[in-house]
Amino acid sequence: MGLRKFVDKIKPTFSEGGKLSFLHSTFGGFETFLYAPNIVTKRGAHIRDCNDIKRVMITVVVALIPALLFGMYNLGRLAGVEGVFDAFLYGLIEMLPMIVVSYGTGLAIEFIFAERRKHEVYEGFLVSGLLIPMVMPIGVPLWMVAVATAFAVIIGKEVFGGTGMNVFNPALLARAFAFFAYTPQMSGENTWFSSSSIHKFLGMDVAPVATSTGATPLANLADHGQLSDVATDQVVAPMLQNISVSDAFFGFIPGSIGETSTFAILIGAAILLFTGVASWRIMLTVFAGGLAMGYVFQAVGMTDYPAYYHLIVGGFAFGAVFMATDPVTSAQTNTGKWIYGLMVGALAVLIRVINPAYPEGMMLSILFMNALAPLIDYFVVERNIARRKKLIKNVK
Amino acid sequence: MKLSKNFTNPLAANNPVIVQILGICSALAVTVKLEPAFVMGLSVTFVTAFSNLLMSLLRNGVPSRIRIIVQLVVIATLVIVVDQFLRAYMYDVSKQLSVYVGLIITNCIVMGRVEAFALGNKPWASFVDGVANGLGYTIILVIVAFFRELLGSGTLFGMTIIPEDWYIANGGFYSNTGLMLFPPMALIIVGCIIWIHRTINKDLQEK
Repeated sequence: MGLRKFVDKIKPTFSEGGKLSFLHSTFGGFETFLYAPNIVTKRGAHIRDCNDIKRVMITVVVALIPALLFGMYNLGRLAGVEGVFDAFLYGLIEMLPMIVVSYGTGLAIEFIFAERRKHEVYEGFLVSGLLIPMVMPIGVPLWMVAVATAFAVIIGKEVFGGTGMNVFNPALLARAFAFFAYTPQMSGENTWFSSSSIHKFLGMDVAPVATSTGATPLANLADHGQLSDVATDQVVAPMLQNISVSDAFFGFIPGSIGETSTFAILIGAAILLFTGVASWRIMLTVFAGGLAMGYVFQAVGMTDYPAYYHLIVGGFAFGAVFMATDPVTSAQTNTGKWIYGLMVGALAVLIRVINPAYPEGMMLSILFMNALAPLIDYFVVERNIARRKKLIKNVK
Repeated sequence: MKLSKNFTNPLAANNPVIVQILGICSALAVTVKLEPAFVMGLSVTFVTAFSNLLMSLLRNGVPSRIRIIVQLVVIATLVIVVDQFLRAYMYDVSKQLSVYVGLIITNCIVMGRVEAFALGNKPWASFVDGVANGLGYTIILVIVAFFRELLGSGTLFGMTIIPEDWYIANGGFYSNTGLMLFPPMALIIVGCIIWIHRTINKDLQEK
C-alpha cells in the first residue's frame, strides 16, 4: 500500500524532535482519519470492540444522511425546481457552501487548539459540523454560519477543555447564538427559502417559479393553530396553502434543512438505535414528554390542534433524535435519562405554546436541560447511595 | 508598598474586575455603549478615591464596631454628589445609567478598598489606591463596551463606524450581532479578557 508507506515515511518529521513537530496533532488527525490506529492498550481491562469515538461519530453522520438528502431535495422543490433529481441538485449546490464553511471554521479552530494544547484532534466536530448547517435556515449569510460555529466551538467547547468536556451541545449553541445575534436572518417568513444567489454566482440558469415566502407550519401553529399558512396580507406559495399531516410528516414543508422530514429523521433514529449509538431511553422519553405536554394543553383548551402535531413540525424530531441524545451533554445515569428526556420534550412544547416569541422551543429546552443534566445525575447517584446504605443497615 | 506600585498594581496585575472579580454586576449592565461605560468608570473612580481618602482620615476616630455604618454614610454621600452632578451636566448619560449610579453604593470595589486598604493606610496612599482601582475598573468597562458597541451597534461613542451600505437592509452583507446588546455577552467578553490576562500573567493561573 503506497499511502501507508508514505504516511510511515513522513511520520518522524511530525513526531517529537522532528522538523514539523508543532503540527503533531494535525498529522495525527489525518493519519487516524486514513487508517485505524495501530496502538494497542497494554494494561488494564480490555473490551474487545472496534467502537472508538471515530466510529461512533461516523455512525451519527450516516444517520444524518437521510435527513440531509431529503432537506436538499426539499430546498429545490420549494424553490420551484421541477423534477426530483434537479431539485436535489439545486439544494445540494445551495447547501454545500454552508457545510464547507461550518466544517472549515470548526475544524480550523479544533486543530489550532489541539496543536496548542498538544493533544490529539478529536472527532467530535465531524457531527457538529454537519449538524450546524442542518439546523440553520438556508437564507443565512455564510459569515454568520462561520461566526456562530466559531462561538460554539470556542466558548461552548474549547474553554471547557474540548471534546467530551462541553456542557452544551455545540451545534445547538451555534444555532442559539445565531438566533439571538441575527434574529432577522434566522427567523421570519423569508428565511426558509433559498435565495438562489449561489446559482446566480455560478452563472446557472435557475428561475424559481414560486414567489417564495411563507411561514413554517410551526409558526402557523403558534399563530393560527393550524399547519397551513392563512395569512392574507401576503403572497403565499401555492404549495403551502394546504399542508396536510402527511406533508408535515414526510417533510414537504419549509424549515431548517435537516428538520423538515420527520420520516427521514426516523430512518436516522433507526440507524442510531440499531447500532446502539444513541440512547433509546432519551429518544423515547423526549417524544413521550412532548406528546404528554401536548395533551395537557389540549385538555385545558389552550391549543385546539392534535397534540401529535408538535412532534412532526419544527425541530422537535430532529432535536429528539440527534441533539437530546448527545452522549456528552445529556444525563449519564439511566434514571437520569428518563427524567432528562421527559423534561426536554415537555419543556419544548411548553415554550412553543406559552411563549409566542419563541415558536421553536426545542433548542431552548435542550440547552436548558443540558445545563441541568449534571444536577439530575447527581441526585440519581445520591439517591442510589442512600438506598444502598439503608440496605446495609437493614442487613445488620 | 511603594506608591507607584500602589498605582500600577490595580490597573493590571491586581485588577479589581478581572482578578478580584468585584463589580461584575455593573460591568455587565452599563457596557452596551462606550459613553455611559466611560462615565460610569469615572464616577466609580471618583467615589473610590474620595471614600478611601475620607475613611483614611477618619480611620483613627471611628470605633471599629460602627465603621461599616460610617463607611456607608461617606460612600452614599459621594454617590449622591456624583448623581446630582451627572443630572446637572450630563443629563442624557445620567438617564442611560439610570439606577446604576445609585448602585455604586453597593459596588463591591468601593467598600472592598475602604475595608482592605483605607482603614490601614495613610490618606495619600489610600487616595492613590482608590484612583488606581477606579481606573482599573474603568479600563475593563471601556474594553467591554468597545466590543459591545462596535459589534452590537456598529458605532463607537455614538459615531457610526460600520458604513451604512454594508448592512443587509441596504443591500450589503453585514449585520450587527444583536446578542452583543444582551448582558450575557458582556459576561463572555469579561471571561475572554480574563482568559487573555491569565495567559499572559502565568502566576495568576490556578493550579
